[in-house]
Amino acid sequence: MKSLAELQAIKERTLKNMTARNDSEDATRIVVGMATCGIAAGARPVMNAFTEELARRSLKGVTVSQTGCIGMCQYEPIVEVFVPGQEKVTYVQMTVEKVAKIVNDHIVNGNIVTEYTVGAVAK
Amino acid sequence: MRELSLNILDIAQNSIAAGASLTNIEVAEDTAKHELTITVRDNGCGMTAEQVANVLDPFFTTRTTRKVGMGIPLFKLAAEQTGGCLKIESEKGKGTTTSAVFKTDSIDFTPLGDVTSTVAILISMNTDRDFIYKRSRDGESFVLSTVEMREILGGVPLNEPEVVQWMKDYINEQTNILLGGVNQ
Ligand SMILES: Nc1ncnc2c1ncn2[C@@H]1O[C@H](COP(=O)(O)OP(=O)(O)OP(=O)(O)O)[C@@H](O)[C@H]1O
Ligand code: FES
Ligand SMILES: [Mg+2]
Repeated sequence: MKSLAELQAIKERTLKNMTARNDSEDATRIVVGMATCGIAAGARPVMNAFTEELARRSLKGVTVSQTGCIGMCQYEPIVEVFVPGQEKVTYVQMTVEKVAKIVNDHIVNGNIVTEYTVGAVAK
Repeated sequence: MRELSLNILDIAQNSIAAGASLTNIEVAEDTAKHELTITVRDNGCGMTAEQVANVLDPFFTTRTTRKVGMGIPLFKLAAEQTGGCLKIESEKGKGTTTSAVFKTDSIDFTPLGDVTSTVAILISMNTDRDFIYKRSRDGESFVLSTVEMREILGGVPLNEPEVVQWMKDYINEQTNILLGGVNQ
């Protein structure tokens, strides 16, 4: 059974392995729209999938955060990716299935998944 | 919303937006009365009586990006369509309590769904805030508190993947223990 005592063990393990965390300007940021309409459209499992995929690949220097209304209800769930020094990329009508490809192609290998972007979907 | 746990996530976002440093989320079930009560209580900026009255009207919102706030009206509708109700108590500068009662035996009752995900996301996305989650049924209960977790974790952040996983496992386990006895 999970107990608070286990947290103590996690703490000791983590402190040992913790490198300087990269929450600064040179981190890639994944931002999920979590206003009411984003949540209703399925933002929660999408955010969960990003966090789990990053953890699974132990990717450092990438943060996941939430924001409010992005202003395009019909395209929710919306995810914005900010790679330092590059223009923002907006992915729309996000699903859990799209997450692994975005992490692999865009976050890890630097290739934007054009077919999922607002530009491609809005056509 | 497909699950009440999504409404909980959304209502708690109002507390975050209100600058709350501590948000209490309580899901309480009374099986004899066929009632489920969801309460979100925060110490954020609060509202005046006039604001509270307006919030229940979907054409009110203090935000500027879009005219209509939908979160509270949706939550209210979900409660009322089961024969329950929604109540907001708020004081400017002190905080807000939003609570909704659902009749669980109504055909229009939306299932609670994955509250674990809701709590895990709220905590890991807002590591500068505290949350206390309490789940109860017929007088039995368990609590997850970030205040308590922080005391143990020291400098390890609440969004550390192993910590997030521990939280999810803990809530799932405790929920199963809590609900197990009644259904069997
Ligand atoms: N806990 C709270 N503390 C302070 N103000 C609140 C709180 N909850 C709601 N409000 C006020 O009520 C308004 C309406 O809330 P509601 O959730 O219905 O819509 P919203 O948050 O503006 O937009 P959204 O549709 O994304 O939820 C908010 O904009 C805010 O001004
Ligand atoms: S309300 Fe839908 S994007 Fe903001
Ligand atoms: Mg809201």
